[in-house]
Amino acid sequence: MKTKLSVLGRVYTFLIYFFLYLPIFVLIVFSFNSSNSRTIWSGFSLEWYGELFRDSVIMSSVYTTLLVSFISALIATVFGTAAAIGFFNMRGKMRTHLLNVNNIPLMNADIVTGVSLRLLFVAAFFALGRAFGAINGFLGTHLPVSFDLGFGTLLIAHITFNVPYVILSVMPKLHQSDRNLMDAALDLGCTPISAIWKVVLPEIMPGIVNGALIAFTMSIDDFVISYFTAGSKTQTLAMAIYSMTKKRVTPKINAISTILFTTVLVLLIIVNIRSLRQSKNNDAKQKKGILK
Amino acid sequence: MKSRAFAYPYVLWMALFVVAPIIIIVVYAFSASDGSFTLDNFSNMELYLSVFGRSFGLALIATITCLLLGYPLAYALAHEGPRAQGIMLMLIMLPMWMNFLLRTYAWMSLLEKTGLINRFLGLFGIAPLNMINTPFAVVLGMVYNYLPFMVLPIYSVIVKIDKSLLEAAQDLGAKPSTVFTRVIFPLSLSGVLSGITMVFVPAVSTFAISKLLGGNKTMLLGDLIEMQFLGGSYNPHLGSAIALVMMVVVMVCMFVMNRFGSDDEQVVMF
Amino acid sequence: MSKELIRLKDVSMTFDGETILDNMNIYFNDKEFLTLLGPSGCGKTTTLRIIGGFLTPTSGDVIFDGVRINDIPPHKRQVNTVFQRYALFPHLNVYDNVAFGLRIPKPYEDVSSVALSEASGGKKRKKKLSETEIKSRVTEMLEIVSLKGFEHRSVSSLSGGQQQRVAIARALVNQPKVLLLDEPLGALDMRLRKDMQQELKRIQKQMGITFIYVTHDQEEALSMSDTVVVMNAGKIQQIGTPEDIYNEPKNAFVADFIGESNIVDGIMREDNVVEIFGRKFRCLDKGFAPDEPVDVVIRPEDVDIVDVKDGALTGTVTSVTFKGMHYDIIVDFKGFKWLIETTDFCPEGSRIGIKIDPDGFHVMKKSEYSGMFGDYSSYSAEYDEIGDVEYEESSLEDEADEV
Repeated sequence: MKTKLSVLGRVYTFLIYFFLYLPIFVLIVFSFNSSNSRTIWSGFSLEWYGELFRDSVIMSSVYTTLLVSFISALIATVFGTAAAIGFFNMRGKMRTHLLNVNNIPLMNADIVTGVSLRLLFVAAFFALGRAFGAINGFLGTHLPVSFDLGFGTLLIAHITFNVPYVILSVMPKLHQSDRNLMDAALDLGCTPISAIWKVVLPEIMPGIVNGALIAFTMSIDDFVISYFTAGSKTQTLAMAIYSMTKKRVTPKINAISTILFTTVLVLLIIVNIRSLRQSKNNDAKQKKGILK
Repeated sequence: MKSRAFAYPYVLWMALFVVAPIIIIVVYAFSASDGSFTLDNFSNMELYLSVFGRSFGLALIATITCLLLGYPLAYALAHEGPRAQGIMLMLIMLPMWMNFLLRTYAWMSLLEKTGLINRFLGLFGIAPLNMINTPFAVVLGMVYNYLPFMVLPIYSVIVKIDKSLLEAAQDLGAKPSTVFTRVIFPLSLSGVLSGITMVFVPAVSTFAISKLLGGNKTMLLGDLIEMQFLGGSYNPHLGSAIALVMMVVVMVCMFVMNRFGSDDEQVVMF
Repeated sequence: MSKELIRLKDVSMTFDGETILDNMNIYFNDKEFLTLLGPSGCGKTTTLRIIGGFLTPTSGDVIFDGVRINDIPPHKRQVNTVFQRYALFPHLNVYDNVAFGLRIPKPYEDVSSVALSEASGGKKRKKKLSETEIKSRVTEMLEIVSLKGFEHRSVSSLSGGQQQRVAIARALVNQPKVLLLDEPLGALDMRLRKDMQQELKRIQKQMGITFIYVTHDQEEALSMSDTVVVMNAGKIQQIGTPEDIYNEPKNAFVADFIGESNIVDGIMREDNVVEIFGRKFRCLDKGFAPDEPVDVVIRPEDVDIVDVKDGALTGTVTSVTFKGMHYDIIVDFKGFKWLIETTDFCPEGSRIGIKIDPDGFHVMKKSEYSGMFGDYSSYSAEYDEIGDVEYEESSLEDEADEV
C-alpha cells in the first residue's frame, strides 16, 4: 500500500514539475530560433543573443540591476545585522512592536509598498524644492529646486524591502546562540563592541550570509517596487523586460531568459555540490568518530 | 545592555521609509488634489466595485488551486529521501529566481491563438481554443507564478513533524488516513496559512500578470492602482484610497483566517 | 501461574547488514512487569518496536495470544506504547490527547482481530464511543495518573513529569493488553524518576496488565520489575527475577552490568570449593567439572575487612572514596584491583586482610565475556563514566538514532 501511494506521488510530482518547466523549456528552445516567431521553429541561430548584447538599453538595465542589488544587499546586511542584534537585546513590548513594524514590508503587497514610497519621495522632493527655492531667493544661491526619482530613490526602496529579510534570517541564529557567550567574552576582558565582533558575529555568520543572499536575489527579482520608485530615466532589467513585453514581441526576451536561467542553475548546482560535499565530509567524520 | 543601540539607525530608517509612507498614503486617500479633507475618493470607488470583485475572486480561485495542487506536492516531497528532497526543492525554487515577468511571458507563447498548445491540439483536429486574454489565463499565470510560495511553507512544516507523533497515532489505533486527518493535517495548518497568505497577497495585487495574460478585458486592482500613479488617469488620491482599502481588506481577511486557524505563533517563511 | 501472552520465536533483525537482534526467543506473561535491560545499542528498543508493530523482523515470528502478528500494522494491534520523548500531540490539549485513541472507530474485521478481540475478554469493541463515555474514561484515567484538573491545559505548558503522565494515560485509556514503555523516565531528573517508578508500579498493579519496559538503568530495572531480561549485542544474556539476576548472574557481562562486581579467574576444585589467587575457599556452588576454570564474582559488599594476620588474602589500599553511608576502597591484591564497600575507614597505603563468607562467592561458567569485566584497575575512569548523567543522556540519544 505504501508503495502504491508513493508511485502515485511520483507521477503527481512529475506532472507538477512538467507544468513548472514546460514554459521555461519552450522559452529556451525559441531563444535559438532563427526567425522572430516564438511559436514556429525555423532553424537554429544565435542571432538573438547577438542582438541582445548589442541592445544598449538592456545592457545598461542589467548594469543598473546588478549595481542596485549589490549595494542595497550590502547596506541591508550591515543595517539588518546591527538591527537584529539591537532588537535581540531589547525586551518585551518594545521588541514585539518594532518587529511588527519590520514585518510590514514583508506582509504588504508590493504595489502598496511601491506607491507609498513613490508618494513619500515625491512629497519629500516637493518640500525640499520649496525649501531650496526659499533659500535661493533669500541668499541668492543656486541650489536645485526640482528633483526626479532615480537611482537614489530606487536604492532606498530596495534597502527598505531588503532589511526585513536580513533580520528574519539573522534573528533565529541569535536565538540559537548561547546567551552566555557574550558574557563570557566580556568576562575575559572584551569591550562590548569587540565582544560582538569577535564572538557574536562569527556565531551568527551563517544567518548573515543567508540574509545577504536572500536580499540580493530579492533585489534582482523585484519588479513592482522598482517600477514605482525608479523614475523615468533609470531602468532595471525587470522594467526593461516589462516594457519589451508591452511592445513588439522579440526573441531577445527568450535569450535573456535562457541566460538568467542557466546562470541561476549553474550557481545552484555549485552551491548544492558544495553543501553535499560538506555533509558527506561530516558524515565520514562522524562515522570515524563512532568507530574510533 | 548598550547593544540595543545597534537598532537605533534602523528604527529611524523604518520611521522614515516604512511608517511615513503609510501615513502619506492615508493622508492622500482622505484628501483632494488641493489638499482639503474629503471622502470622495472612497465614494468614487463605487465605479470600480467590479474590479474589486474580480481581483478578490480570481485571487481566491488561484489561492485555492495553489493549495489543492501544492499540498499533495509538499506532502510527497517531505516523504522523499533526503537527497531527492534537496534536488526537488531546488527545482521548485529555480523558476522563482527567474523574473516572474519572464515566466509570465513564457505562457503567452503557449496560450496564444496560434500558440503551441493550440497547434498541438490542432494535430488532433481540435479547433483552436480561446485561452489568452481570458480570466482563465490570468488565474493560470497566478498559479504558475505563486505555486512555490504555497509548496515551500507547507513542506517545511510537514518535514519537521516528529515521526514519533505519527507512530503514536498509529499505536493508538489510527489507520494511515486517520493519521493524516487527525495529526498531519492539523499540524501542517500553520504552513497552510502562511502559504495562503503568501499566494493571496501578491495575487490580489498583481498588475503585470493581468496585463500580459488578461489583455485589456480583465483589469485587476493592481492595474487600477498603477493607472492612477503612472498610467493615463493620473489621480494619486484615488490610487491611495484604492490601495488603502485593498490593504485593509487583505489584513482583515488574514486576521480572521489566523483566528480560525491555529493559535500557532510564528509565520513560516522558507 | 499467569498465562503466556506474547512470544518472539527465533526473531532476528538486520539493518544495513548489521545484526541488531540475533535469533531471539522470549515470551511475555500476562499481567507481569517485565524489563528489557541493556546498554545502548543492545537491541532492546528494537525488540519493543517489533512488538509495537513499527518494525517487521527480518526473520522469525511474533505471536500474540497464539496468533502470528508479524504483518499486522500498529494501528490494529492491541498494544500501546509510551514513547521515549512522550510524542504528545502538540495541537491537542491534555484531554484531547488522552481521548485520541478513543475517538477512533475500530472495526476489527480481519482474521487477526478475532484473536485480538478475544484477547480483550471476548468483548467486541464498539464501532464508536459516545462523547460521554469518552469523557468518563478520560476523566477516570487522568485521575489514575494524578492529573485531574489539567484537562484543558496545552501539553507544552506541562512539566516533564506531567507530560509523562499524559503519555501513560493516553496509552492506558485504550485498555491495551500490553503497555510498552521505551525509556519513559530517561528525560526526567533523579528525584522525579524515583517518584515515577513507584507510580508506574502502582498503575501496573491497579490496571492488572502487562508492562514491557525498556531501560538502560539497572537500578530502575531491579526495583520495578517482576522479570528482568538482560540483553547485549542483540542477544539475551539472562532472564530472571531481579534477585536471580543480581545474586546469580549467568556470565561476566550480567554480573558487571548489574551492580558492582569483582570478577576474578578461579578454578572449581570440587563441589563447594573454589580456588582463587592460589587459595581455596568454601563456596555454595556445585555441579562443575573437577578443576574446571571458572569466573568468580564477589560483590563489593560481601567482603569483610579484617586484620592482616586474620585475612584469607592480604592487599594494599590504593584509593579511598567517601560515599556517605560507606567508603568505596580499592584494594590491590597481587596486581588485581578490587572494589570493596566498607564502613571501616582504611587509610590509603595501609595493608589489610579480607575474609569472604561462602555465600559471598558466585561461581559462573566461562563465557565470551570472561576477562572483559570486573577489574577495577582503571577505577576512577570507569567510575566517572557511570556517575556522569550526561553520558547516560547521550547514550539515550544514540539508541534513539539507532533504528
